[in-house]
Amino acid sequence: MSLTVEDVKQRNESLIKEVLEVYPEKTAKKRAKHLNVYESGKPDCDVKSNIKSLPGVMTIRGCAYAGSKGVVWGPIKDMIHISHGPVGCGQYSWASRRNYYIGVTGIDSFGTMQFTSDFQEKDIVFGGDKKLEKIIDEIQELFPLNKGISVQSECPIGLIGDDIEAVSKKKSKEYDGKTIVPVRCEGFRGVSQSLGHHIANDAVRDWVFDKSGDKHVDFEGTPYDVAIIGDYNIGGDAWSSRILLEEMGLRVIAQWSGDGTLAELENTPKAKLNVLHCYRSMNYISRHMEEKYGIPWVEYNFFGPSKIEASLREIASHFDDRIKEGAERVIAKYRTLTDAVIEKYRPRLEGKTVMLFVGGLRPRHVIGAYEDLGMEVVGTGYEFGHNDDYQRTTHYVKDGTLIYDDVTGYEFEKFVEKVQPDLVGSGIKEKYVFQKMGVPFRQMHSWDYSGPYHGYDGFAIFARDMDMAINSPVWGLTRAPWSK
Amino acid sequence: MSQSAEKIIDHEMLFRQPEYTEMFASKKQNFEFPYPADKVTEIRDWTKTAEYREKNFAREALTVNPAKACQPLGAVFAAVGFANTLPFVHGSQGCVAYYRSHFSRHFKEPTSCVSSSMTEDAAVFGGLNNMIDGLANSYSMYKPEMIAVSTTCMAEVIGDDLGAFITTAKQKGSVPEDFDVPFAHTPAFVGSHITGYDNALKGVLTHFWHGKERVANNAINFIGGFDGFVVGNMPEIRRILNLFGAEYTVLCDPSDVWNTPSDGEFRMYDGGTTKAEVKSALNAKATILFQGISTEKTGKYIAETGQEVVSLHHPLGLAGTDQFLMEVSRLTGKPIPAQLERERGRLVDAIADSSAHIHGKKFALYGDPDLMLGLTAFLLELGAEPVHVLSTNGDDHWAAKVQTLFDASPFGKGCHVYAKKDLWHMRSLLFTEPVDLLIGNTYGKYLERDCGVPLIRLGFPIFDRHHHHRFPIWGYEGSLRVLVTILDEIFEALDANTIDTAKTDYSYDIIR
Repeated sequence: MSLTVEDVKQRNESLIKEVLEVYPEKTAKKRAKHLNVYESGKPDCDVKSNIKSLPGVMTIRGCAYAGSKGVVWGPIKDMIHISHGPVGCGQYSWASRRNYYIGVTGIDSFGTMQFTSDFQEKDIVFGGDKKLEKIIDEIQELFPLNKGISVQSECPIGLIGDDIEAVSKKKSKEYDGKTIVPVRCEGFRGVSQSLGHHIANDAVRDWVFDKSGDKHVDFEGTPYDVAIIGDYNIGGDAWSSRILLEEMGLRVIAQWSGDGTLAELENTPKAKLNVLHCYRSMNYISRHMEEKYGIPWVEYNFFGPSKIEASLREIASHFDDRIKEGAERVIAKYRTLTDAVIEKYRPRLEGKTVMLFVGGLRPRHVIGAYEDLGMEVVGTGYEFGHNDDYQRTTHYVKDGTLIYDDVTGYEFEKFVEKVQPDLVGSGIKEKYVFQKMGVPFRQMHSWDYSGPYHGYDGFAIFARDMDMAINSPVWGLTRAPWSK
Repeated sequence: MSQSAEKIIDHEMLFRQPEYTEMFASKKQNFEFPYPADKVTEIRDWTKTAEYREKNFAREALTVNPAKACQPLGAVFAAVGFANTLPFVHGSQGCVAYYRSHFSRHFKEPTSCVSSSMTEDAAVFGGLNNMIDGLANSYSMYKPEMIAVSTTCMAEVIGDDLGAFITTAKQKGSVPEDFDVPFAHTPAFVGSHITGYDNALKGVLTHFWHGKERVANNAINFIGGFDGFVVGNMPEIRRILNLFGAEYTVLCDPSDVWNTPSDGEFRMYDGGTTKAEVKSALNAKATILFQGISTEKTGKYIAETGQEVVSLHHPLGLAGTDQFLMEVSRLTGKPIPAQLERERGRLVDAIADSSAHIHGKKFALYGDPDLMLGLTAFLLELGAEPVHVLSTNGDDHWAAKVQTLFDASPFGKGCHVYAKKDLWHMRSLLFTEPVDLLIGNTYGKYLERDCGVPLIRLGFPIFDRHHHHRFPIWGYEGSLRVLVTILDEIFEALDANTIDTAKTDYSYDIIR
């Protein structure tokens, strides 16, 4: 593209105006505040965020339950997470997030199972507390090696006035102080997944930290203990991250929450530093640990060699020379790999443009990885970001980037149609829309069933996948040779 | 370091490399505080016992790995089957994100659907404003010809009245007064996805038929029910009915919109039953319900209009398809086309060719109740034994129907039907009474892993195999496909079991 930055800005501004025309006046006014063209030098992206989606617009967002059960709690592998309410929520979120783990499923691990109270009309009418008690008893009998239970509330729980906290306390006492965590993540709470993350973080604070007491007094710390916070091990992301931290000499005592266990959660307050990948979903607990236990936390970014390198050094800066040297050793060790990957793929991807719309940290975090491959992100937005996300985004995006918060199906389609990026990165609901339009696409929530994308090992896969998407021969064949 | 630019390895192989396996072992030992390995083995073995099975079947409250989804999913399926229709789900927005994802993962297609995005204030004050704004927004943005409304459990628990809300929304100008907004209450805590399909379809028919006078003609209606293979099945049904030269209407046909080409254009709407077709369908002489349990209320409503209603249960195979065709013939007064008779003969031919490989094989199967009836009948016809037939959303009436099939066949002896049970129950069945093959949806792969029984994927959803839903499993041709699918798995399992060099490979035959 030979457009100047000013051309791009002008095009994007008129594009925003154009999409707003489809809405009724009131809606257009509200949506206008979520769309913008980034001006470099500004402290944030100047869009409204974390407010209610408008009815009927086809938002891409999910709910608080998705944020708690689907994101934060679900991956804790040795606990059983009850989807408490009707059958659907648990069914649709069953094993669909690719939080890899190692364990004997159904015996000592439960990540890819769907435990539900399958509410019937009588449970709505008479309440579900008695049923929940019985469910916990049945879990104890049939799954005796579970380390703990969480109760993930679906919409009806809060509406019918069930007291899941009382049930949890009672049952915990009955089972010798067993960890039983009630989570008030009913889907109607808040405006997106985001409140679910917060509620889930608070539940860890109140029902794990505050109750774990002297459970692991014999756990011996070292000066190099860190916890990985906010990595859900999608396609193995946390593993390809952990390996780097260990190689530089750190000891990873916990993974939150991909391939995580209850014991890891309980021991995290003994860490010397919390390293936080997904700020959006786990900043809450990091701040809490800082306040209560004095554990500092640092954000990092393990997408693409430039950001990995900077992050390894940043993490190392919190430790002594041994670790700093370790970081340099790791960087040097993997440079051959990343140089070869870049040498192979950059020529195939140079100058290609990308539009993103994802959740959590990715609308900004993956930009560096694309840039390492010579690609340019020309539009980005958050499904459930807050203003602090849009502030952090300014460190990543270029002048004139199109910004769209909580984008609607209509807007996204129009933006892509007009901007004509070489690649769109978003979710399963968007994937086929854009592929029909002939635009290469990668799911950037599930890594399109690939991954890991984190770390150096992951970067190689990321680079190959982006090449595969953009340079697939199929995109040259979408139009029949006889059609004009 | 195992990763290299020349040969990039995926998660499948990457994490088997020593640097990772050592890391996993150390993580487990130092930080996970796991149970000792022998304890895990002990419990694992215990879950395979008859004692465990008894405890497992004594469950009264807990459901583990169910084979059903909730009502609104089925309602969205039904709405998608009408031309230029936007499904609109009144309630929490996360639900709609889930339905869209679920369908897209199965069909590998977009699924357009909106939500009224109700949040805490709507929980307190009701969702009327969400309905008013939601209809106005979706009408102006997505320009549908019809908006089909259903509900999530949130809207049902707080008691929102769809009929009144839609009327008010129209008065407020959200959509024109004469704009079609059929609706159905679809509480997630009643029934399953098939109930939602039923309610939503009945809602559409009621909307267009209520108060209209029926002038009977000679046409017939066809209703398929909730069907993961709809993309392949519906064109096959149309082909069959066209061969008859029948006058017919398919009520609810999502087979185009879930099967659009990639040619540079995204079609939000494509195909589907038109409003004109729905209206005139009232005058048909009869309606065939291909999955009668999935469409019970709809069938009852249609019968009340004076039409004959023929309720089938996902007929498959020879006798099943025979029955379907004879009903079509009887209703239309047209003979069974020679072409179809030839197809029948070919199916008989294929069964005869392969019968020795299926005869006496023991099957476990689970899924929606109508599908289970069709598959059970077909398996019995093939001389196979459907030893465990399970449905999470099948009730005792359904179970009695399955039992009738067992009773009518010598191969049904020793076969059992399990209503309202889940896949954790099935796990106990597979350990205590093993079978040769399992038929189910994608989630059956966990049973395949745990119990070592090969899985044949027939049902919904199927996420981990591509494109099978594009081909029909209905009619003689479809049944042939089912037969081949079963045979493929039998042969694959046989090969896998005989592939060890110098140990078992004498049976690794090249001719079978």
